[in-house]
Amino acid sequence: MADALLDVRHLSVAFEGPRSTVTAVDDVSFQIAPGETLGLVGESGSGKSVTAFAILRLLQPPGRVTAGLVLFEGRDLLTLPERGMRRIRGARISLIFQEPMTALNPVMRVGDQIAEALIVHGRTGARERAVELLKAMHIPDAERRVRDYPHQLSGGMRQRAMIAIALACHPALVIADEPTTALDVTIQAQVLDLLRELRAQYNLALLLITHDFGVIAEIADRVAVMRRGRIVEQGPVRQILRAPTHDYTRTLLAAVPGAEVSSPLTS
Amino acid sequence: MTQDPESIRAAGPTSPLLEVRHLVKSFVRKRGLWRPPSVVKAVDAVSFAIGEGEMFGLVGESGSGKSTTGRCILRLVEPSSGEVLFRGEDVLQFSRPRMRRARRDMQIVFQDPYSSLNPRMRAKDIVEEPLIIHKMGSRIERRERVADLFSLVGLDPDHLTRYPHEFSGGQRQRIGIARALALNPALIIADEAVSALDVSIQAQVVRLMLELQAQLKLTYLFIAHDLRLVEHICSRVAVMYLGKIVEMGDTRSLFANPTHPYTRALLSAVPMLDPDAPRQRVPLDPESFDRETPLKEVGAAHLAAV
Repeated sequence: MADALLDVRHLSVAFEGPRSTVTAVDDVSFQIAPGETLGLVGESGSGKSVTAFAILRLLQPPGRVTAGLVLFEGRDLLTLPERGMRRIRGARISLIFQEPMTALNPVMRVGDQIAEALIVHGRTGARERAVELLKAMHIPDAERRVRDYPHQLSGGMRQRAMIAIALACHPALVIADEPTTALDVTIQAQVLDLLRELRAQYNLALLLITHDFGVIAEIADRVAVMRRGRIVEQGPVRQILRAPTHDYTRTLLAAVPGAEVSSPLTS
Repeated sequence: MTQDPESIRAAGPTSPLLEVRHLVKSFVRKRGLWRPPSVVKAVDAVSFAIGEGEMFGLVGESGSGKSTTGRCILRLVEPSSGEVLFRGEDVLQFSRPRMRRARRDMQIVFQDPYSSLNPRMRAKDIVEEPLIIHKMGSRIERRERVADLFSLVGLDPDHLTRYPHEFSGGQRQRIGIARALALNPALIIADEAVSALDVSIQAQVVRLMLELQAQLKLTYLFIAHDLRLVEHICSRVAVMYLGKIVEMGDTRSLFANPTHPYTRALLSAVPMLDPDAPRQRVPLDPESFDRETPLKEVGAAHLAAV
């Protein structure tokens, strides 16, 4: 794909222990076009979150990229100096975490946290913009809410506040790591609707990491299935959900309760 | 307004193993610096009945009171009022020793396979503990029973002496199930027992629970937030919202024809696996219904508070 926004090529990540080395991400390649949503699915330990952290160079030692390229807007992020990387994180690529309560600063007002994202990247009018962003997230009474602390917000509102922080600088790509996993299903539906709306509005590309094929079916354009550090299958969402070719994808889909594929629960 | 027990029974099994009537659990919120004390009804006049050998689903979102209901049945949380009839006897009237004996027949499997097993006990000791507490069998008999339970839940007998951290999440949940089965209970309360597991592991554990249901004639109260799973494995289901059952009935009928506004909103929010299926979200308007409306029959074996 020549016009890819993000082009990950042969990425490998290893964690070196005292006696052995674990390859958490093993020769992973995928592309995301502008405005496109790629769903990265897998079970716990499959390496999907490590992939996201490697893209943003947020891996903690002993984790380390051992091979590969991460081309974003044509530049390899892995060889960028740290200063240049800081200009990309939160501005061009931002991250949404699973658990908003631990990702947000508990002793800082929500509005200040949104404004911080803007100030760090040298934008002006941060405060007014924070209110605007909360409004865009459909948070009622945004003028008052910017002065709230995270514990004063419900789970769904906290996740919206986190999305507001992620979108503050108009990034081209948002990496969302299990963004709705901690939420009740009615709140999950609202957050997915919001992501879909924002994606269209800002032509946002989304790398959505999840273990839930339901979430994938709701929002992804393409899907990559990860297992033990490798992508075993990737393709358009309809093809993967309706005609998976890899055995592992079939097993995963069959394990989803109520899946149309012959279910192991009833057969 | 309370629910009419007659109508509950009309829609339920004829000779229930467990019958819960007007169960209430209120928590008193202590007065704060600027705030008078207040009472929160976590479980508010809940009534339902589960037939012998049935898998009954109790669904709801966080804070709906579904877990508190499960705990009240075992008196792990003492209910404020109501009746919990197990084989026709009200366990809420039982003395402490009598209640302890009753728990042989009613066991619970918890959600988190990490925090519900003592990390400093070997797997075999965890599974044996209920037998020791209830003074069942000799040491040799207990050891045999533990080995049998291990193979019953599909654990490798070579792993008897391992510690919980040496098992995966799914295996740990099997240990939790083996522990619950040790005393040969009639009723298992599964409180989000598979929610923390990966889907492929979840499918295996659910399959085990269904096999055990058939093999041991177990009755389950299956507490869950995953509606797709409940639709798949439960014969009847009750939907809880803010401490009350708002709809209850035959799973097929309830999912095909949700009647209460909350049930409709909840079902419409469940992600569908078909990307092209029409999605029609039903927003929840809490003003559109009265929380005090009692359950009434809206179809064959189908009640709703409308």
